[in-house]
Amino acid sequence: MPIIKHLLAVATMLSCFALPVAAEDTIKIGYVDPLSGTFAQQGDASLKHFAFLIDRVNAAGGALGRKFEIVPYDSKLQPAEALIALKDITDRNISFIMHCAGSNVAAALIDGVAKHNARNPDHRVLYLNCGALASDLTNDKCDFWHFRFDANTGMRAETLVRGLPKTLKSVYLINQDYLFGQTLQRETKEYLAKLRPDIKIVGEELIPLGKVKDFSPYVTKVQSAGAEALITGNWGPDLNLMMKAAADAGANLQYYTYLSHVVGGATSVGAMGENRLHTVTEFHPNVPSEQNSAAGEEFVTSWRKDHDFDLFQMNNYVLLKMLAAAIDKAGSTDPYKVALALEDSKTTDPLGHEYIMRKEDHQMLEPLYAAQFVRGVKHDSEKTGFGWKTETVVEAAQLAQPTTCKMKRPAS
Amino acid sequence: MEIVVGSLLNGLVYGMLLFMLASGLTLIFSMMGVLNFAHASIYMLGAYFAYEISRWAGFVPALILAPILCGAIGAAIEIWGLRRVHHNGHIAELLFTFGLVFIIQRGLQMIWGMLPMPYRVPPALDFALFTMYGANFPAYRGFMLLVSAGMLLAIYLLLKKTRIGLIIQAALTHPNMVSALGHNVPVVFTTVFAGGCLLAGLAGVIGGNYLTTESSMADAMGPIVFVVVVFGGLGSLGGCFVASIIMGMIQTFAVVFDYTLGDLLVPLGVSVGGDNLLGEILTVPMARIGPLLPYAMMILMLLFRPRGLLGTRDT
Repeated sequence: MPIIKHLLAVATMLSCFALPVAAEDTIKIGYVDPLSGTFAQQGDASLKHFAFLIDRVNAAGGALGRKFEIVPYDSKLQPAEALIALKDITDRNISFIMHCAGSNVAAALIDGVAKHNARNPDHRVLYLNCGALASDLTNDKCDFWHFRFDANTGMRAETLVRGLPKTLKSVYLINQDYLFGQTLQRETKEYLAKLRPDIKIVGEELIPLGKVKDFSPYVTKVQSAGAEALITGNWGPDLNLMMKAAADAGANLQYYTYLSHVVGGATSVGAMGENRLHTVTEFHPNVPSEQNSAAGEEFVTSWRKDHDFDLFQMNNYVLLKMLAAAIDKAGSTDPYKVALALEDSKTTDPLGHEYIMRKEDHQMLEPLYAAQFVRGVKHDSEKTGFGWKTETVVEAAQLAQPTTCKMKRPAS
Repeated sequence: MEIVVGSLLNGLVYGMLLFMLASGLTLIFSMMGVLNFAHASIYMLGAYFAYEISRWAGFVPALILAPILCGAIGAAIEIWGLRRVHHNGHIAELLFTFGLVFIIQRGLQMIWGMLPMPYRVPPALDFALFTMYGANFPAYRGFMLLVSAGMLLAIYLLLKKTRIGLIIQAALTHPNMVSALGHNVPVVFTTVFAGGCLLAGLAGVIGGNYLTTESSMADAMGPIVFVVVVFGGLGSLGGCFVASIIMGMIQTFAVVFDYTLGDLLVPLGVSVGGDNLLGEILTVPMARIGPLLPYAMMILMLLFRPRGLLGTRDT
């Protein structure tokens, strides 16, 4: 079969090329996220963030004198695909698996990693969660091998509610009907009841993820309920289409969102979000200038030279920095030793804010920003002329919410 | 009352958009027997082309040129792709169009990137046509209704009242006879496929700025269009129209009315609730499952009337 011969030839050639890349002296991190298909946008954005951030951390010396290297895998946002990637990562003896998108994928990975580590105590792997946000993952589902380097839904809900203006009297909640959306819906209500009992929830809705094309009927409902603002964890088309429908209907609403700052949000919202759109984010490009931080500003401007979307994953810079420090402290890349070194470790971002990795549930405490989408800021988002302006800053220490985690710790 | 009228209009607009997309698909299927999985991808191409053209030349040239481009791509696909795999039967054709879906999506992402395109409603159509019970009815929706109605009329006239339509219909059922009469049947097929793609492209131009233009828009629209075509009856343009409107209305009204399955049982003196599985199902509000209703209806239709609403042959 000539075809098979060809394939073999190509395969050998590829493996020859692959060898120098997989040089021994780097510390590899298997990175699993959607890199193709419908949700490729999110994975692609995170990958670009990591490429940028890892250069910084490597320039600062990496860890143990070795540099970090990202090995990307496509999860297609499917738990099954992510588990296949995990298998490959462990087969290649990579000690770290990193994953950002999809709390359902994260739940599968937490399970998969725990099982793998119990069965292969000599070749364990550490799961670095860079953005799966459902708070369950560090509460009832918490695990020793899982570290979350981003604020969970509960922290975001608290920040959002704290940022609501005192004059606001009625809100409507719309979220997507899956683990993340349901968690947000529940927690937003909890914090509204706790911190702002004066605000009335005039309606709430769970919509199927990515299935609704025309949001006009929802807008009709929101309007007839008399809501002044919408609180929503919707992202991607589910957010854009909803705002579009509302703008078309001429609805006078404020939008308090959890994810409109992520890649593509500003482009698709555009002018209809002016002074109406609010988000809760771990960072945005105007934070350094608002806080007069030259180091932070340098970070943002060098990112903007090569990228046409916003730098917002500051938490992932902290992830790499914290990991490097933990590896140095442990003196090895052994996942168990690194895990112990990560616990209770503290570090700062270029602006000087403190980040703490909490030992009891492996949830990182980080500052969060409630921001508004306005015209005339220093750095606009995605060349739209509009950008984010901070309304409220909540520091890491203020977001130390209690956890229900009862972590089982391995003996060695 | 205000909700009913508003929802009727919303449902109509959405239904007509579905129809624009589904009509091309059903046309290709009824004429050629090819279920074109890549149809929604052509719709996406139409939106991207329209965005690119409207940046340089404005919306009106985009409205004309983008569908033509899509038609040309459709013709190319038929001549150099479909016609070659046609000999290997329908499975080969299905797999071919299925593969196209991925190639087109990846190609788009490589050319235009992963960010959504800022393709917006043209300023000339960006105003409120009228205000009804405090809610605006945007002019662009009126424009959409107009275009889709015009399209329905044009297709009908073309197929039923012209000589081209006559040959197309004849070539479908008796290709050898038509060929013997001196007509070039492969060209007829190419024309039909290109025509279907042109319609998808037109839907893309109109739908791209009404919804959002991004590389996942085909995935979002693909399944529901198949539902419309199957529900309306494979190969029936009339059925496709009726099904589109029904789907548009169902999804709109399901959101507005907060009933649950359990509410239907209340007049019978049964009250449901509780934490068991049955209670879960019966108390889930209609709005939460609204967008899934079309799929449920498709399954029912396939079970009880496999040929669809107005179809002429079984699925």
